[in-house]
Amino acid sequence: MKEINDLKLPEDVKYSKDHEWARSEGDTVTIGINDYAQDQLGEIVFVELPAVGDAFSVEEEFGSVESVKAVSEMYMPISGEIVAVNENLEDAPELVNEDCYQGGWIIKVKPSDPGELDALMDKAAYLEMLKG
Amino acid sequence: MRYLPHTQEDIREMLAVAGSPSLDGLFDTIPDSVKTKHGLNLPEPLTEWELNDHMEKLASENIACKGYTCLIGAGSYDHYIPAIIPYLVSRSEFATAYTPYQPEVSQGTLQGIYEFQTMVTDLLGMDIATASHYDCGTALAECALIALRKNRKANKIAVSDLVHPSHRQVIETYLKPTGYEMVLIPHTARGLTDTAALEAMADIAGVAVQSPNFFGHIEDLAAFRKIADSKKILFITSFTEALAWGVLKNPGSFGADLVAGEGQSLGIAKTFGGPGLGLLAGTSKLMRDLPGRLVGRTKDTNGQDGYVLTLSTREQHIRREKASSNICSNNGLNAMTAAMYLSTVGKIGIREIAQLNHDKAVYLRSALTAAGFTPVFDSPFFNEFVMKVPEGFKKKRADLIHRHCLFAGLDLTPFYPELTDHYLFCATEKISRQQMDQLAKEVA
Amino acid sequence: MTRQPGTKGLIFNEPNVWDKSREGRCAISLPRADVDRAPLDPSLTGEAPNLPQLSELDVVRHYTRLSQWNFGVDSGMYPLGSCTMKYNPKTNEVQAARQGFAGAHPLAGDEFSQGALRLMYDLEKYLAEITGFAGVTLQPAAGAHGELAGMLIIHAYHAKQGKQRSKIIIPDTAHGTNPASATLCGYQSINLKSGPKGILEPEAVAAVMDEDTAGIMITNPNTLGLFEEHIREICDIVHAKGGLVYGDGANMNAIMGVVKPGKVGIDVLHLNLHKTFSTPHGGGGPGAGPVAVTEELIPFLPVPRVEKELDSFRFVSDCPESIGRLHTFYGHFGVMVKAYAYILSMGAQGLLDVSRLAVLNANYIKESLKGTLNLPYDRPCMHECVFNDAHQKKHHITTMDMAKRLLDYGFHPPTVYFPLVVEGAFMVEPTETESKEDIDQFIDAVKAIAKEAQTDPEKLTSAPVLPKVTRLDEVAAARKPCLRG
Repeated sequence: MKEINDLKLPEDVKYSKDHEWARSEGDTVTIGINDYAQDQLGEIVFVELPAVGDAFSVEEEFGSVESVKAVSEMYMPISGEIVAVNENLEDAPELVNEDCYQGGWIIKVKPSDPGELDALMDKAAYLEMLKG
Repeated sequence: MRYLPHTQEDIREMLAVAGSPSLDGLFDTIPDSVKTKHGLNLPEPLTEWELNDHMEKLASENIACKGYTCLIGAGSYDHYIPAIIPYLVSRSEFATAYTPYQPEVSQGTLQGIYEFQTMVTDLLGMDIATASHYDCGTALAECALIALRKNRKANKIAVSDLVHPSHRQVIETYLKPTGYEMVLIPHTARGLTDTAALEAMADIAGVAVQSPNFFGHIEDLAAFRKIADSKKILFITSFTEALAWGVLKNPGSFGADLVAGEGQSLGIAKTFGGPGLGLLAGTSKLMRDLPGRLVGRTKDTNGQDGYVLTLSTREQHIRREKASSNICSNNGLNAMTAAMYLSTVGKIGIREIAQLNHDKAVYLRSALTAAGFTPVFDSPFFNEFVMKVPEGFKKKRADLIHRHCLFAGLDLTPFYPELTDHYLFCATEKISRQQMDQLAKEVA
Repeated sequence: MTRQPGTKGLIFNEPNVWDKSREGRCAISLPRADVDRAPLDPSLTGEAPNLPQLSELDVVRHYTRLSQWNFGVDSGMYPLGSCTMKYNPKTNEVQAARQGFAGAHPLAGDEFSQGALRLMYDLEKYLAEITGFAGVTLQPAAGAHGELAGMLIIHAYHAKQGKQRSKIIIPDTAHGTNPASATLCGYQSINLKSGPKGILEPEAVAAVMDEDTAGIMITNPNTLGLFEEHIREICDIVHAKGGLVYGDGANMNAIMGVVKPGKVGIDVLHLNLHKTFSTPHGGGGPGAGPVAVTEELIPFLPVPRVEKELDSFRFVSDCPESIGRLHTFYGHFGVMVKAYAYILSMGAQGLLDVSRLAVLNANYIKESLKGTLNLPYDRPCMHECVFNDAHQKKHHITTMDMAKRLLDYGFHPPTVYFPLVVEGAFMVEPTETESKEDIDQFIDAVKAIAKEAQTDPEKLTSAPVLPKVTRLDEVAAARKPCLRG
């Protein structure tokens, strides 16, 4: 497993305490799990995705990622309605391991309260949290 | 005791290493207030030969010890078991292994179960079969739970009243603490589940129909598929006589979503009702909702084919309270037995045995009709059928048991109180024409 | 060092059974057609299932070869923690195969099934005596099925009290099936951490036990192999709030004749006949999971019940408070015969010796290996002990590597990565039927492997090399499931 200093934590996304990331892209916010989460889980074999049109509130469970021997729930970093899911993950869940911030994104959300994004952590604050 | 290898010297040496003055000292962490003061009150231990005598005496109190003729099915069938089946399945490498957690030294079990899954999917025409369940009743209850969980709007499951009565009771037991409910679909005068009654039902999450049903009749599964589609609910079928699929059109060809079945007919002794073999199959779409173990094919580090338990994240040891079921141990060795049986009878044998079961049942039904019995339902059947018996049959049936060890049918009254004087008969490949003729003569 | 059992030997490749098929072969003796053909309406019939076509020898050779790729208790030591892989006596198989038992139809009627009923009645009595309870059902088909029965009984009990409860307490040292069983009854699992000694602390139970909690599920001895010393106090706490105590008796093998769970405050307990009572596990089952209960809970037991009247036995289903039926017939009768034969062969002293020697073997291993492997809870254990890979981690060797290397040495590995409270757990349960020589060999093997971890770690990371296959790609199996040929 990676040392904290080896984690890839880009500056252009926000982080939740449950190790999701969120990136604002115009009207929508793209969400995935971060490098720490994918590294902890190991080789991902399945991603359970929500349906487009489902709405969730912040911190609500919206899906799960599975490795061979573990299941990890994913929680909404912000509230909103699902406008797209990454269908590539159905055949290639390994994208989450290989490229968690780009090709391995999980959902796109239309936020119901854009202000919630500001409540998430930036890289420095997230690193602080990890170091405990 | 011959199973315990320790000599007094072993015990002394091992206690010294363990740091305990005595065997009792090993239990010092248990408070005295918790320990039993009296020891166990059990019979004196028997030697191996005393045990043999004792057990034979007990076994002889069962009529089965004499080798009897059984014209009763109803979920447990009297089929011939080829000699190689018990011989092979008692190989200790199969029998004394645990669940294959270490695949490198469990390839025998794993390939065997993978082949079992494959042959069951062939038999039923389904995409996926699990590595087994306890029996048909529990497998069916699990299927009902899947349907109910998948459908968030409805909390009832419609179940045909021609599903085996015990299976319906098991479903009820499983549903009791959940808030879900089972509603019964009545049957028609033809001995078939009433499709019109089902159509009129609202607020249901799934429908379960047994075919051949408890009266032995072959249901029109296509009709149920159609109704399930119109209601957008899951369609579950069950069966107790697996050999029927040697000749009948299989459940998959009618578009069943889930199939629960009893596999006892596939080389497994009746054994007073258990262990049998729960068969559970589904469509690919429901793969992640299925309960219990699944074996999958993969490669080892040298690129060689091999098998592992897979999709374990559905199961209790990983998903804990969110698991698709709590099942852990299943009926693996009986699944292996069924695979051996299916390989032994093969494509030719299963067809022939299935057809013979039907032929004999048709013969028995006509013979009994000629002897004054009344056939009750006129729908096609496989190897079981219902007859209304003439007056005085009960006494004659008892005589037949005492004189010939022949069980002529099953009284249906305890299961369907309205069917007084109705008996369910079953004929398998084991019954000869001569035996059937003799029976007809005696009961006429 | 003693000579290790694992070695190379000739085994055979064997394809999938259908790859051996040749059109026209059949391995059964086809029954004589002595009645007329009665063709079914063609609208009802389908193609014959595409089963393999083989000769009798083809079938025999296929399964014989497959069996040779398996490791069973009869092959060697199988110290799989929590699974009690003891010797499965062969006489038990002989007893269960008797025509009077194996050939018995479940609906032949009580009058013609007296031997089976008497056996069930007596087995219930013996299990009640061993566990200290008032009543027993043999119906559950496996341990987890027994847990479900137990939870249904607790659910029915609370329903009868007039107020259902919503939660159940489950310690972190419980079996994985416990929370799943509780969920089936609609109970929310409240996870409870064990204390620093690896056992439950009464104060912790008191802190979460309330009047909306149906009870607690306790495995005792727990999955760390430790006896829950405060069991009586914990039961009192739960009872004081109107809850019931469920005992997971999967580990009963450690305490037969020493502790009767029914006498210390536990209300419901399941047993695994395929663990404690020597019936074989069959590569996954069938097992049997009888449930024992206190006098107060007898009315809730599943139906049918076996009752005795004068000297005859009958099934009784008229029990209005019963949780209902759990199995199509009466449970796994064939397994019951084997457990019954075992109890009669052992007797009271024999069963006590079983527990004493199982505990002796485990403590002997614990003391012999505790310098070699890390022992997170260094206390006297019951029938199993839990190490981990903390010492080996610095050489980048994991529990899994050690487990795989043990295969090359000719041992089935212990349970790994369970219980979850110990990271990298390596859980050893030798059982009482292993001799000192075999255990010493196992200890030597683990020590040799620990040495290899320092000097030659590659031997571990590339293990196993002797079995039919090397490590298998479980990731590929799960990503692209191939569940049929």
